[in-house]
Amino acid sequence: MLTIGPYSFHSRLLLGTGKFPDFDTQKQAVEKSETEILTFAVRRMNIFEPNQPNFLEKIDVKKYTLLPNTAGAKTAEEAVRIAKLAKASGLCDMIKVEVIGCDKTLLPDPIETLKASEMLLEEGFIVLPYTSDDVLLAKRLEDLGCHAIMPGASPIGTGLGIVNPLNIHYIIEQSNVPVIVDAGIGVPSDAAKAMELGADGVLLNTAVSGANDPVKMAEAMKYGVLAGRAAFEAGRIPKKLHANASSPLEGMSVL
Amino acid sequence: MKLTVNGREVDVPETVTTVRALLDHFKLNTELAIVEVNQSILDKASRDDEKLSEGDRVEIVQFVGGG
Repeated sequence: MLTIGPYSFHSRLLLGTGKFPDFDTQKQAVEKSETEILTFAVRRMNIFEPNQPNFLEKIDVKKYTLLPNTAGAKTAEEAVRIAKLAKASGLCDMIKVEVIGCDKTLLPDPIETLKASEMLLEEGFIVLPYTSDDVLLAKRLEDLGCHAIMPGASPIGTGLGIVNPLNIHYIIEQSNVPVIVDAGIGVPSDAAKAMELGADGVLLNTAVSGANDPVKMAEAMKYGVLAGRAAFEAGRIPKKLHANASSPLEGMSVL
Repeated sequence: MKLTVNGREVDVPETVTTVRALLDHFKLNTELAIVEVNQSILDKASRDDEKLSEGDRVEIVQFVGGG
């Protein structure tokens, strides 16, 4: 079970809801992924085009825990405002703190992320900050009282996988709250790798929504996460520099 | 009555005196809409009757796809 604050989940795969080709494909992908947590962004309604469909109308909202993000915020204050708007929906009290500091890399601003997390914890939110793979920042966020830490595998939407597995390992090793590897996942083996390292969950979006067949990729990601987690629980063999035969060396008849 | 809604100045009929009337005027989905008036975020349960006045700045947002 993945436990974040007061909530527990069977699935360790968190799925973003951006950039799917259409709602039917997205709904099928969500179902195949077997995720229980869906992320959303908060944006203005188009007041002059009221009939645009919304994905929330397509799913049974009660079946999922919604994790709105503060994407679009560049300061802690902006993130707090977006978080409060999200909470006013009455649908959730978890928030993914996302304060982007650089338009080119979309890497999070560490100072503003820390400030926003502190302010939102004081407001009583369940706080999940999206952070870089900086080990000490992850520690500082945990010390504040964040309910989970979400280090990026690589920059958002790149699909580069885990570029610094050592840092992710250190973050997992030190952390007493769930670590959810967020952003940069490209293929199920990336998700499996994160889970093998001991991550408590994986959050991804573009890897599924941007795949040629998002529904099939959603299912593949489910298996990637399951396989990686099972491997972590099973305990891997130590790496060795030299071979060690798996067949018996005695009793060979041909020599 | 003139209001600024989502950054755009709009002129609404005099009958539009509450948040609910404004949402209905623009035919917006009241279940999805989250409303802020003059930088004060409104509680969904009690927002419908919230009075609007000339010059109010209203933000109407919703959840959209995002990662």
